[in-house]
Amino acid sequence: MKSRWIMTVAGMAMAGLLLVGCGKKDEDKNANATASSDKIVIGVAGAHSGDLASYGLPTLNAAKLVAKDLNAKGGINGKQVVIEPMDDQCKPELATNAATKLVSEKVNLVIGHICSGATKAALPIYKDAKIIVISPSATSTELTQNGEYPNFFRTISYDLVQGKAGAEFAVSTLHVKKVAIIHDKGDYGKGFAESAKKALEDGKVAQVAMFEGVTPGGVDYSAVVQKIKNSGADCVLFGGYHPEASKIIIQMHQKGLMIPFVSDDGVKDDTFIKTAGKDAEGVYATGPQILADNAIYKKAFADHKKEFGTEPGAFFPQAYAAALALTNAVAKAGSTDFDKVAAALRSEYVETPVGKIKFDAKGDAEGASFSVYQVKSGKYELVK
Amino acid sequence: MEYFLQLFFSGLSKGSVYALIALGYTMVYGIIELINFAHGEIYMIGAFTGLIVAGLLTALGWPVLAILAIAIVVAMFYSGAYGYTVEKIAYKPLRNAPRLAPLISAIGMSIFLQNYVMLAQTPDFLPFPNLVPDFAFMQPFKSFLGTSDLFIIVASIVVMAALNLFIKFTRMGKAMRATAQNRKMALLVGVNVDHVISMTFIIGSSLAAVGGVLIASHMGQINFYIGFIAGLKAFTAAVLGGIGSIPGAMLGGLVLGWTESFATGYVSSDYEDVFAFLLLVLILIFRPAGLLGKQRAQKV
Amino acid sequence: MAAESFVKNLKKSAVAALWLSFLTMPIMVIRVDTVEKTIAWRWMHLVWMLVGSFVFALAWHFLMDRRDRGGAATDANVEPTPSRFAVWLANPRVNRPLMALGLLFATAFPFLFSVYQTNILISALIYVVLGLGLNITVGLAGLLDLGYVAFYAVGAYAYALLNHHFHLGFWAVLPVGGILGAFFGILLGFPVLRLRGDYLAIVTLGFGEIVRLVLQNWDAFSFGPSGVSNIDRPGFFGITYSVDQATTYIYYLALLGVLLAIFVSGRLKDSRVGRAWLALREDEIACQAMGIDNTKAKLLAFAMGATFAGFMGVVFAAKTTYINPASFTFMESAMILAIVVLGGMGSIPGVILGAFLLMLLPEYMRAFSQYRMLLFGATMILVMVFRPQGLIRARRKIYKVNINTVDKA
Repeated sequence: MKSRWIMTVAGMAMAGLLLVGCGKKDEDKNANATASSDKIVIGVAGAHSGDLASYGLPTLNAAKLVAKDLNAKGGINGKQVVIEPMDDQCKPELATNAATKLVSEKVNLVIGHICSGATKAALPIYKDAKIIVISPSATSTELTQNGEYPNFFRTISYDLVQGKAGAEFAVSTLHVKKVAIIHDKGDYGKGFAESAKKALEDGKVAQVAMFEGVTPGGVDYSAVVQKIKNSGADCVLFGGYHPEASKIIIQMHQKGLMIPFVSDDGVKDDTFIKTAGKDAEGVYATGPQILADNAIYKKAFADHKKEFGTEPGAFFPQAYAAALALTNAVAKAGSTDFDKVAAALRSEYVETPVGKIKFDAKGDAEGASFSVYQVKSGKYELVK
Repeated sequence: MEYFLQLFFSGLSKGSVYALIALGYTMVYGIIELINFAHGEIYMIGAFTGLIVAGLLTALGWPVLAILAIAIVVAMFYSGAYGYTVEKIAYKPLRNAPRLAPLISAIGMSIFLQNYVMLAQTPDFLPFPNLVPDFAFMQPFKSFLGTSDLFIIVASIVVMAALNLFIKFTRMGKAMRATAQNRKMALLVGVNVDHVISMTFIIGSSLAAVGGVLIASHMGQINFYIGFIAGLKAFTAAVLGGIGSIPGAMLGGLVLGWTESFATGYVSSDYEDVFAFLLLVLILIFRPAGLLGKQRAQKV
Repeated sequence: MAAESFVKNLKKSAVAALWLSFLTMPIMVIRVDTVEKTIAWRWMHLVWMLVGSFVFALAWHFLMDRRDRGGAATDANVEPTPSRFAVWLANPRVNRPLMALGLLFATAFPFLFSVYQTNILISALIYVVLGLGLNITVGLAGLLDLGYVAFYAVGAYAYALLNHHFHLGFWAVLPVGGILGAFFGILLGFPVLRLRGDYLAIVTLGFGEIVRLVLQNWDAFSFGPSGVSNIDRPGFFGITYSVDQATTYIYYLALLGVLLAIFVSGRLKDSRVGRAWLALREDEIACQAMGIDNTKAKLLAFAMGATFAGFMGVVFAAKTTYINPASFTFMESAMILAIVVLGGMGSIPGVILGAFLLMLLPEYMRAFSQYRMLLFGATMILVMVFRPQGLIRARRKIYKVNINTVDKA
């Protein structure tokens, strides 16, 4: 009697593990089927559900579009491209699960992860398994710059570059003297804000009037807007994504605060212009240079609208570029071998929506021109 | 002093938002002692319904204020219907279950509704048209209070007053009070308790929809996740004011709004939520039933 | 009779299907774009919704009838007679070999299955211990804690920061994590002693959020949202090993943790303190009248639960090698609570089953990709509706006094 619960535990554990076992068998079949030699499997890892899904799903769509195009043309070197989505909700612990799952399914290459935190957690696993990872949106500086992950590449420029570019633009082109730096408390936004702050302090031309974070998803930002107004700043530098940016800019204008608003890649998104409407006019954002007549981007955009019925979301051009660069490298390398693909990524230029790029030794994109944009009559237009 | 006033009005409009959503929490809690975690999602669905109505009517070229009125009415109706259905599916079968069971099914419902809207609509943010035109007489006060802020404040006061009258003077209100005091006794004196509970959910949910449409129009955008944080804050406000008490929800919302606003203004917005929760802890330590909650004597 | 009720159910389901379709019509069918003023009508969705909700409603009514028929006997106050299967299982001759077999299987697991399987099982095992810890606070002592993840965060950050700054190893920090967890448990316990029920819940929720927000904002201390990376994996006599081997090693650590947690919470439950907790849960005043020190019992419950979480936080940090505040949100606390309630409050096998269900289900639902969280939410509702007591009901230990022997003595 006394040990009844113990045996129930054992029974439960057995049942649970048996379940695991059954799942495992099916999966092996799948893995064998997908990783067989006539297919190239690309894992797409990122937030596909949860609060950050809107940043992860566009990447999945981009990968699907590129794969569809390639398969219609007969695949890469005669091999069909298969996309394997893997959700991590941008959480580190789920990212490690997603990564080990991709590794044990023997995927050849990975596009992802979306958030820097999740990427940091997952990279050691890919490194150990010798899998190339290319992220459209993980901007944390250290990911490439500390040189620890030779398997990591990205098509987005990192925090240090972006923050510096934003700060320099504010000082040298807009000639501002007091800057209010606002971020969204996330790793992306705060990373941008901190490097901007450092650049301003080092430059010694303009002073930082305030440096504060807002809670993403908050119902009202008027208090922080009043504080910006009270601080006497003549420019706002915002690090973060477009939902918070548009809420802040709308409330700034409501309160009669008409000072320049400079932000980052997360804001350089057409959704921002749509949500902020006429308040978006005049906002500056740094981002990769996408020429208005870039044929690849136009095609990608049109394909997305046709396939999914909506306009693409955040990081779509970068993700499309990542998928193109990756598949191109595989085609040039002639196999999915780690060293060959990595070498091809570093040596072969490829035309993408973010420009003609290849990757440097550390894994950052080279050749992607980087510039400042301003919203003019409902469109982002190049400033310099 | 001007800065203080600015922060005061920021807090006032933010607090009214919390109060509008908190009313639903407090009503449901008062009747069946359940923290309805899906309430934030009902608010979100109200905002989405409002967006759809606004989109349809804008295409037809209706005047803005008429669209606002119709959007609110339709959103109230649909949110009420959702509230009713959610209660029937996830809470009613658990009426006699252990106390925590409905809490977990409420969390499940919240996850379900979020993903349902995400899949049926879009994971991305959608722009919400501004349905509140700027009134000319508000122009001098613009740096303190916008027209949409005014709308939210007035709406929450009107709604609260109407709700109070409804509960004090109508038959249904009386039945609600009876059910809240003692469900079994209410049943014995002929109150249809199931009906009362359904009504509570319908009213609470439609009030959330009023908030949903007004706030979405004020902020200019919505997505499937907006209900979560708003819901959490509103719930905090409801407890702060004394859960189960309708003026308490209003007061709790305002206190929370002011705390956050002044914390941002005088300390740092990094820590506005820390201050909000610290205040909550402090108030509950000294008034364990919230600001306006009734201290019930313990029965032995 | 059966046919009659079936026809009735059919009618009810048709009404429900119509109602649900009407309800979901705007969001399922219409998609508007207010900027470009376009409206997309997706009428096919309505058809699916009609068919889907009809089938669903039919199944719902059928199961509901069954539940209500069987439900009459399972009144909360009546201990149901154990089923024949349970009696059979209770026989030591049956359960001992079964238990040994289960343990054997668990031990052999990393060698039988892939690293991915082992990896997600580690997560599940960690949550088993977290569930057992929260079970002490919520299931035994009846103190609803919605900020449990704070203690988990304390443990994880203790290891991450001590490792980062002082290069302390896993084994050195493990006890520190537990002690810090207990300390924070008492810290939270003191102010909330007077609070009851749901007020307690919201204060603990606030406490959990405060801990997370401080970790998020205090850069100098915790590196803010960018988190702590490159945390050392647990050492094993100074041998270096690959990620695969490390996973196996951590798996055994987690397994050991689970066995220990089962043992400790099982012993606690039947101890003097455990009985005091149960009394506290049922009636605080009566409990005090019986001469139990309420304050001590409550603080002990918080501290014990928090210690489990502190230990597991260290294991978690060592497993992922990277942590940031995003892992310690309110949703995480809600999940752990769901493990306890879904599995069966106060029941140890129940909590274990709940943890396996809630942690492995989302992983195995990956095949449904975008639909997995939708199904997960639905599963939570369905389990609660059809098994409100939890999957495995907690059993009170029954002491039988044999009157004859008493008389003789």
